[in-house]
Amino acid sequence: MNVPGDGVDVREEITRAHRDEWARVVGALTRRFGGLDIAEEAAAEAFATAVERWPADGVPPNPGAWLTTTANRKAIDRLRRENKRGDKQEEAQLLYDDGPSEPLGAIEDERLRLIFICCHPALAMETRVALTLRMVAGLTVAEIARAFLVRETAMGQRITRAKGKIKAAGIPYRVPSADDLPTRVSGVLAVLYLVFNEGYLATGPDVDPVRHDLTAEAIRLTRLTRVLMPDDGEAAGLLALMLLIEARRAARVSPSGELIALDEQDRGSWDAALIAEGHQLVRERLAAGVAPGRYQILAAINAVHTSAREAGDTDWSQVVALYDQLVRLDASPIVVLNRAIAVAELDGPEVALAAVDRLGDELGDYHAYHATRGELLRRLGYGQKSRTAYDKAIELAGNSAEIAHLTRRRDQL
Amino acid sequence: MQYLVSVITDTTDLATPDEDAAIDVFNDRLRAEGYWVFAGGLGGPDTATVIDNRGAEGLFSDGPFVESKEFLIGFWIIEAPDLDVALKLAAEGSKACNRKVEVRPFL
Repeated sequence: MNVPGDGVDVREEITRAHRDEWARVVGALTRRFGGLDIAEEAAAEAFATAVERWPADGVPPNPGAWLTTTANRKAIDRLRRENKRGDKQEEAQLLYDDGPSEPLGAIEDERLRLIFICCHPALAMETRVALTLRMVAGLTVAEIARAFLVRETAMGQRITRAKGKIKAAGIPYRVPSADDLPTRVSGVLAVLYLVFNEGYLATGPDVDPVRHDLTAEAIRLTRLTRVLMPDDGEAAGLLALMLLIEARRAARVSPSGELIALDEQDRGSWDAALIAEGHQLVRERLAAGVAPGRYQILAAINAVHTSAREAGDTDWSQVVALYDQLVRLDASPIVVLNRAIAVAELDGPEVALAAVDRLGDELGDYHAYHATRGELLRRLGYGQKSRTAYDKAIELAGNSAEIAHLTRRRDQL
Repeated sequence: MQYLVSVITDTTDLATPDEDAAIDVFNDRLRAEGYWVFAGGLGGPDTATVIDNRGAEGLFSDGPFVESKEFLIGFWIIEAPDLDVALKLAAEGSKACNRKVEVRPFL
């Protein structure tokens, strides 16, 4: 036991317990009491009790077990209060019966069930994101509301409605069957990637251009997903991708709040530890010899970029080859646009511009399409056309650092 | 749990012979595997009559209660342990009848 009264240590212990144990406590209670609602409330009460008691009593030797026991007791108290009519038999069952031990699948961690129920395809994407951040990451409703720029009451309602649908529609609390698993996993990864991207390219005029809280949360959740599904190559790929992007965070935005393009970044300020970890994951996936999915390919592209000491050392033929592989999986216009940016480095801006111009119908409202055109037209010496393209890009961009970057590029013409 | 699987469409065209055959296969499977409760096809919205007998006098009016581009043209009621099973069956139903479907739980 820690010495009582050591305030800083206890606060750190509580923060750590919250980070490590929240999802496990919510998961265990969801299974035992058959509902996310009561699990969430009881878990929150248990943590509130810890905040109250641990500074005086000291941190228990096994914080996770203490929290689960306390949360169980809170849930039972709540059920008793609600069960005023006094169904003694039901109550006795709750108190003494931990339920029949369900047959478990290959993967049995409660947290995994929790992730799958929160990312269920019957829920709207924004709801999946909110539920995952609340139930798995343990963010408060207020924190999630702030992250997505909606009012707290609106976010609270969204989460309440989602819990209502889960219950009424019979969304099951279990890991999907083997034949559903691949699509369900990719649904989970899409939620995590969306959280990461919202942090990485935050939109809105008064929002920090990079929301480290969200990128960090996304990485934490992806790490957890990877631990829970060690055989899933795409979970590893997504983690590697996030790490290799996160590694460049400090170099990506100037002190004045302007986005700095990859070729202009101070590579010395990249986070070497994150890059090493990302590269290691990419190597592991290559060694696995299984055809990679899109996250693994994107991670490999980022590995090529982060392997070059100088922007000029970038192995562009490798980047283009990886984009070719990606296009075969997903020929969406945005992938084709990104491939063209790499082609500009390998085959010159004229070839790239021809490819980009073909995307006008589909990407006319996408700022990066116009920004790419502006850049290519500038390199080809078409000053006026380049300016028009930058104007359009600035008009459509939502991220303040990106707008600053595009404005400077335009004004340099 | 029981679920209503509504078949949604925007034309009153009848099912083609191929669609009929696929629906039969699907229905047989629902019966064989114990999911079947009931199913049926419906006439189009132009055959609907709305009745409101909440007041003193019953009111009958021609047409569906809500005019919309898409409407209900048939349904299955299935018995399934949870939504995942219901969704899987509904997906197969959608393929069989070649139309969009909606799944809702009975309370």
